[in-house]
Amino acid sequence: MSTKEEKKNNIIENSLKLFSKNGFYNTTIPDIAKSMKMSVGNMYNYFKSKEELAKYAIKYSTNILAKELKTINQMNISSKEKIYLFTEKYLENVKKSPEVIEYFLRVYLSNREVFAKGCEGFLCVSEFVTEVMILLDEGASNKEFRQQDFFPAFAVIMGALGGFAFLSGEKVLEKDIMEYSDEVAENIYRALKYEEG
Amino acid sequence: MKKDKKPKVLWLQAITCNGNTHSFLSANNNRMRLFLNSFDLIYHPSLTTDITIKEIIEKKINFDFLLVEGAISSNKEFFSISGYSPYEMLNILVKRTKYLIAVGSCASYGGLHAKFEQNSDIQGIGDSLSAENLYILKHPVVNLTGCPAHPEWIIQTLFSLKDYGKMALDEKGRPKELYYGLAHHGCTRNEYFEWKVEVKHFGLKEGCLFYEQGCRGPMTHSNCNKILWNDVSTKTRAGMPCIGCTEFDFPRENMLETKKNIGIPNEVPLEVSKRAYLSLTGVAKTFKIGRLNKKLID
Repeated sequence: MSTKEEKKNNIIENSLKLFSKNGFYNTTIPDIAKSMKMSVGNMYNYFKSKEELAKYAIKYSTNILAKELKTINQMNISSKEKIYLFTEKYLENVKKSPEVIEYFLRVYLSNREVFAKGCEGFLCVSEFVTEVMILLDEGASNKEFRQQDFFPAFAVIMGALGGFAFLSGEKVLEKDIMEYSDEVAENIYRALKYEEG
Repeated sequence: MKKDKKPKVLWLQAITCNGNTHSFLSANNNRMRLFLNSFDLIYHPSLTTDITIKEIIEKKINFDFLLVEGAISSNKEFFSISGYSPYEMLNILVKRTKYLIAVGSCASYGGLHAKFEQNSDIQGIGDSLSAENLYILKHPVVNLTGCPAHPEWIIQTLFSLKDYGKMALDEKGRPKELYYGLAHHGCTRNEYFEWKVEVKHFGLKEGCLFYEQGCRGPMTHSNCNKILWNDVSTKTRAGMPCIGCTEFDFPRENMLETKKNIGIPNEVPLEVSKRAYLSLTGVAKTFKIGRLNKKLID
C-alpha cells in the first residue's frame, strides 16, 4: 500500500468514528481534519468532498467483512460452520470496532441521498455481497441450505447480524456480545437450512 | 468433370428422426449445387439412387465418405436395415470408406436415443466400432455434433477432407474450425448479457435468455450465430434459448431452465470463476440502461 493509500485509510478510520458517533451531517471536514491533526486544505488533497469520503468509507468498511467472509468461504468446512464462524467474526467487529459496523447502519442505511450517485445498488458493497452469494450458492448446491430467492436469504443473514449490532450499540444487551454468537448463528442457520420434503 | 472422378459419398441412416437429412437438404441452392457437382452421392435412403445399400454391401463397392446419421445399436429387435443391425452395417461399411463422419448428435454420441431405457447399447459411432475396425480408418472419426448439424458444417467438412485430406479436431472429435467458438459469439443479445437484462418471455428479441430460460450460448461450442440457419436466423435471434445441442451432454434435463441455487445461477460462462462472475453481475445490474429496457422497435 502506498503512503497516500495508508493516509487515506487513516482518514477513513477516523471519519468512521466521527460519523457513527455524531452522524454524517453533524460531522464536518474541519472536524475530521482536527481529529487527524491535519490542515483542512491538506484533507482536500485526499478527498474532494465529504460525499466522496463517505463513499470510500462504505467500501472500506464492507471490504473488511468481505475479506473475512472470503477467507471463511475458502475453508474446507460445512456451510453451517461457515455461518457460525462468520457470525463470530462479525460480532467481534461489532465489539472491537463498532464504528465500522455502525457506519453501515447509521450512515449508509439512513443517508441514502449521499450514496445515490456512484454507490447505486451493490456498486460500493459488491465485494461483500458477492461473498454472501458464494456462501449461499455453495450451501444450496451441497444441499445444506434449501432453495429460496436470494434476497430473503440475504436479509436473514444481514438482518440478524445488523439487528444485533444495533442492540449492542444501544447498550441493551445483558451479556457480552460474544456470548450470543452461537445463538445468533443458530437462528441464521435454521432460517436457511435444507429440510427433507 | 467426369462423374467417376468425384469422391463417392454414402449416407447411412441408423436410429434417427431424419432431422439431419432435412437440415442437409435445406442447404442453400448454390452450396447444394456445388456439393452435387463435386461429389457423387451414391446412396441416401431418402433420395432416389441407382443402387441399394444391400447391393453396395454385396458387391463390395468402395467409396470415400461414409456419413452416418443416427445412433447405433447392435440390437436388431429395436432397429434393423436390410436385415442388418446398425452396428453390423457400420462395421461392414467402415471397411470400404476413407473417411467416417458422424452427422448430428445421435451419430456422434448417441444423443436422444441413448436415453432410451429399454435398450442400453445405443451409442455414437465412435463407441460402436468393433475392436478390429477401431484403427482401420486413416483419419479419426469426425463428429459433426448438433441437433441437427448445420448443412454448411457438413459441406465444409466434406470439402476440407476432399481438398486437404485432414481436419484438426477438438478433444470431442469435432472440427476445430467449426466448433472453436461459442454460440454466444455473434449472438445479437450479447449487450443484454453484459448488462444482465433478462428476457421477459419466449420469442422476444429483447433481453438475454441465459438467466431465466436456460440459454447455453456461453457454454456451447458452435458457430450458430456466425453461420446462420437458412442464411437468416438462429434460435437465440428468434427468441429461443440455445439448448446446447452441439455438446456431449445433449439432451440435458430441464433444457429451458437455468438451475439456480438461492437465485444464483449454478453454472457460469466457461472458464470464468464464480466469484468474479458474481461480482461483475452485481455491479452490472446496478446500471439501468434505458435503451436496453424498452422494445427495439416501438
